[in-house]
Amino acid sequence: MLLVLLLAPLFTGFVRKVKARLLRRRGPPVIQPYLDLARLMRKEVVLAESASWLFRVIPYLVFSATWVAASLIPTFRTGLLFSWSADLIAIVALIGSGRFFLALAGLDVGTSFGGIGSSREVMIASLAEPAMIMIVFTLALIAGSTQLSTMAAFMVSSAVGLRVSLALALIALIMVAIAENGRIPIDNPATHLELTMVHEAMVLEYSGRHLALIELSSSLKLLLYVSMIACLFAPWGIESADAALPGLALGIIAYIGKLAVGGFLLVLFEASIAKMRVFRVPEFLGAALMLGLLATLLRFVSESF
Amino acid sequence: MHGLTFDIAHLLAGSLVLVSFLELYQDRLYALLNVYAAHAVVLAASVAWQAFVQDAPHLYLTAAIALVFKAIVIPVALHRIIVRLGIHREIEKVVGVGFAMIAGIGLVALAMVVMLRVTQDADPLAREDLAFALSVVLLGLLMMVTRRNAVSQVVGFMSLENGLVLAATGAKGMPLVVEISVAFSVLIAFIVIGIFLFRIRERFDTVDMQIISTFRGER
Amino acid sequence: MMLAAILACAVVLLALATCAIPMAHLLAGARLIYAACATITAISFAAALAHLLGAQPPQSLTLPVGVPWLGAHLRLDALSAFFLVVVDLGAMSASIFALGYGKHEFGRARILPFYPAFLAGMTLVTVADDAFTFLMSWEFMSLTSWAMVVSHHRVHENVRAGYVYLLMASFGTLALLLAFGLFAGPGGLYTFAQMRVAHMQASLGGLVLLLALIGAGSKAGLVPLHVWLPLAHPAAPSHVSGLMSGVMTKVAVYGFVRIVFDLAGAPVWWWSIVVLTVAGITTVMGVLYALMQHDLKRLLAYHTVENIGIIFIGLGLALAFRAEGMVFAAALALTAALLHVFNHSLFKSLLFFGAGAVLGATGERDMEYLGGLIHRMPQTAFFFLIGCVAISALPPLNGFVSEWLTFQAILLSPQLPSWGLKLLVPAVGSLLALSAALAAACFVKAYGVTFLGRSRTRVAETALETDRYSLAAMLLLALLCVVAGILPGLFIDALAPVSTILVGERMPVQLGAQWLSIVPIAASRSSYDGLLVFLFMITSGTVAAFAIHRLASDRLRRGPAWDCGYPDTSPVTQYSATSFAQPIRRVFGTVMFHAREHVEMALPDDSRPARLTVVLRDLVWDNLYAPLAAGIGLLAERLNRLQFLTIRQFLTLVFCTLVALLLVLAVWS
Repeated sequence: MLLVLLLAPLFTGFVRKVKARLLRRRGPPVIQPYLDLARLMRKEVVLAESASWLFRVIPYLVFSATWVAASLIPTFRTGLLFSWSADLIAIVALIGSGRFFLALAGLDVGTSFGGIGSSREVMIASLAEPAMIMIVFTLALIAGSTQLSTMAAFMVSSAVGLRVSLALALIALIMVAIAENGRIPIDNPATHLELTMVHEAMVLEYSGRHLALIELSSSLKLLLYVSMIACLFAPWGIESADAALPGLALGIIAYIGKLAVGGFLLVLFEASIAKMRVFRVPEFLGAALMLGLLATLLRFVSESF
Repeated sequence: MHGLTFDIAHLLAGSLVLVSFLELYQDRLYALLNVYAAHAVVLAASVAWQAFVQDAPHLYLTAAIALVFKAIVIPVALHRIIVRLGIHREIEKVVGVGFAMIAGIGLVALAMVVMLRVTQDADPLAREDLAFALSVVLLGLLMMVTRRNAVSQVVGFMSLENGLVLAATGAKGMPLVVEISVAFSVLIAFIVIGIFLFRIRERFDTVDMQIISTFRGER
Repeated sequence: MMLAAILACAVVLLALATCAIPMAHLLAGARLIYAACATITAISFAAALAHLLGAQPPQSLTLPVGVPWLGAHLRLDALSAFFLVVVDLGAMSASIFALGYGKHEFGRARILPFYPAFLAGMTLVTVADDAFTFLMSWEFMSLTSWAMVVSHHRVHENVRAGYVYLLMASFGTLALLLAFGLFAGPGGLYTFAQMRVAHMQASLGGLVLLLALIGAGSKAGLVPLHVWLPLAHPAAPSHVSGLMSGVMTKVAVYGFVRIVFDLAGAPVWWWSIVVLTVAGITTVMGVLYALMQHDLKRLLAYHTVENIGIIFIGLGLALAFRAEGMVFAAALALTAALLHVFNHSLFKSLLFFGAGAVLGATGERDMEYLGGLIHRMPQTAFFFLIGCVAISALPPLNGFVSEWLTFQAILLSPQLPSWGLKLLVPAVGSLLALSAALAAACFVKAYGVTFLGRSRTRVAETALETDRYSLAAMLLLALLCVVAGILPGLFIDALAPVSTILVGERMPVQLGAQWLSIVPIAASRSSYDGLLVFLFMITSGTVAAFAIHRLASDRLRRGPAWDCGYPDTSPVTQYSATSFAQPIRRVFGTVMFHAREHVEMALPDDSRPARLTVVLRDLVWDNLYAPLAAGIGLLAERLNRLQFLTIRQFLTLVFCTLVALLLVLAVWS
């Protein structure tokens, strides 16, 4: 639980540094997000006059939902302490509740920017979430369970084989992960222009410790998705629950390596593609939904797909 | 029967279906040609794997033909035709991407149902690959039906032919003569289509089918 | 004994209805009636709950009233007890709400006598044990609710709503009558007990399913029979809307479950295909309709359509599993559907009461004229928020539990051998997931535009909080939503007797699982612990808040909104409901509703405001009902000529009919 919280800003810093290097800039130091968070936490919150009590509570709600979801993903070993309390569907729904409250925060102050962000965000979510559920279905039908620990253990074992529906699910999951985290080509995380904002528009009015929590939550969400892809599709190095200490150390090193590779691939993809026009995003996510549906359909049709 | 060979064959056949869907999604001509080249590469890989599994060396030749002609020669030639004709580079679709995708899923489901019911007691590997091949054929037909641009209809026709090749290799054995004749007939058809496109363009200044159909004088 | 108590409650309610006629003119009289209704339904609730939890055997009663040679049969078994619990809980909270709401109600005398009668009708439907009693109570329920829908008859749309409602209700009752007629057969078996043991042919069974689907489905709101729902539910006063949407639709579900699961015997495999297709379409269409609305009550009514679709998806899956003999999976699907029945009645009533509170405080139902109400009506806003979170199926509240169980049931379906189901179930699963995401979008819009932001009109600026009875009713429902989300095992175990009598099996006992989690199939497969998720979220949020406030800063200052440096003082510039729904309207609405937007900009030297018009068409109405109405009108006009015949022509008609009947007699015998 604490591991993901500590690693999340580091991962974000790593991604920004690699992106800067690819764009021939020097880039901020890798620990910059930690410094940003510390600075924001110490600042005074400036609250709009029309903001309500809900506006002040929402950063804590979003943070707790995302943190609980992120803690349930197996990182370097299966069999986490409370892994049976929420399965993958519950994790997807927890992220959904974080997004619900963030969309409400966008509407709370009563500005048009917040409205833009919230309306676009719910449009993206209305296609990304069903795509995610179909991916969960595919994985659950292959692994025989919706529990993430059981799925990870199944993927590590040799019974899995190379399945078509797994390939389709992987591609769909990558598309959904890009959409949910607001990366290029869906949304630009580094912009503050109205035409290109989705996430940034919703949190425009936040400042101080509230903004720090929201930034931390989005870093956690990015880490969550990369860990999920790593644990499901690149499960080598995940130790079982009762492994000894050297095995656990190896698992941690493998996990950090996977994060590095994932971050690098993400940046490579982001730097080589342009941001899509807003109304091309539904086509993109519709394709992800169709891939998820196709993968589930194939699993229903035959056990060997 | 879950050996690695089984899975890799399925994976390659499934990737062919996936690339067909990707063709349906494109709305720019150059991108469509690149995706079609990828389609031919995946076909070549699939045929080569079948050659390895079935121990049939003549299939390697089929794979090489697919790779050289369909992945390199034809896309480059089509690219040059597009440049010379100055064809509008955006593909006009009859129905939107969403509907085409949903129709595509329906066609894949139909192909699965038909193939897996009809061939109940055949070899499991061949059955499922045949199902994928039928899906690719149907998706190629869907592409031809839902596009207005002549070049994209040609690409649909070629991906349909790729599906037929996949079906033939999956069913254990396609004599080389048949393959060569099929490949040459495709080449001839393609040359003929190219000539016709030039003539139509000279005559009517456009290759957009919708505009050309107004010349029939009915509308 | 419980049955006698429930029957006594129903009789007292009918008596209250008659007393209410003189008492309605006084406010104190109205309050007395509502309080009496609340107490009576509480007693009925306690009796039904005792029967359900105690897992007692069914109790029967025959009364000598009604049809002379038949009497009225009544029976209380686990299914009736469960639905009675749902009905009485909704009725209790609605009566408590009405205690406060009744204060600013006008036309009280037109509503008050019908309210207890409506409650009595719903109670009698759930305990009826023969076809006549069932249909009589069903019609009684429809008529009393119709009377309340047209109570504000000076408004033209209410009259039209009542007309459409009456038509659809009569049509539904006709379908049910035919279904019972098919059951009765030539022997004239009218009691449910006789119908249960009689075996029908397979083709008749399919026809019964279709008739039950049409009859019960039109009352519940399945597409395309849903058209009356968004007209009638908003037209009624708020406590009645909550009852109609949250409770009466569940009575319709009860009718369907009773006929198809209990009376019709073993299902055939293709029944589930019909139910699943209709349910899948209903789910998506309902939520898309809801997204296009900016009238708060109409949005909630369309949303009921979506949730009925979700319930019928569970029922369809249960039918499919039962037809193949997979009884454990059938129990899971059925429990998921019934749990959603309970959950939906809770949060839909809560949302309707919130909308009623807003209507009472501001006089506006249209979201575009509200805004900023969270500052003026804080408690209503808080309870409405809980309702919104619950209906969007977000953990840790109760909406998520029933959706999660439905998803688990879908994951069991690859084992079904039928090809049609193999292709249909993944498609229905994707429609269910799509509608869940769209529902969250819909309620972000509803809550955000109504309660958050800045007030758009004067009435929103000067609204006052509602009275404490309405708040008490909403508090009760909100608490139940939270409890049902945190401790779902209790509710699943309570449903065990129901699934046992309907499919012959029950879900595994939930109360023994560790930390009160729910394990629907096996622990290795999946489990969910609402309590732990709730505790984790609360703890992590509080720890974060505490740590930050202690270690970092806790200073706060108010200032104008940042708005990228362009603060706009006019509240008109913030997002309205139509603008919020625009991306989704563009993605889904252009196809489903032929949504078109026209913008008229004034010329540069003209100072007129620009105008944006959004045109939506209801395709179901245009393609099904409008041609039907036109056809009936044409037919009626043709038949009108029968009025103007000469005497000789009338005699010819009589003569021809007589000859035709004699011919039939000659040929057929």
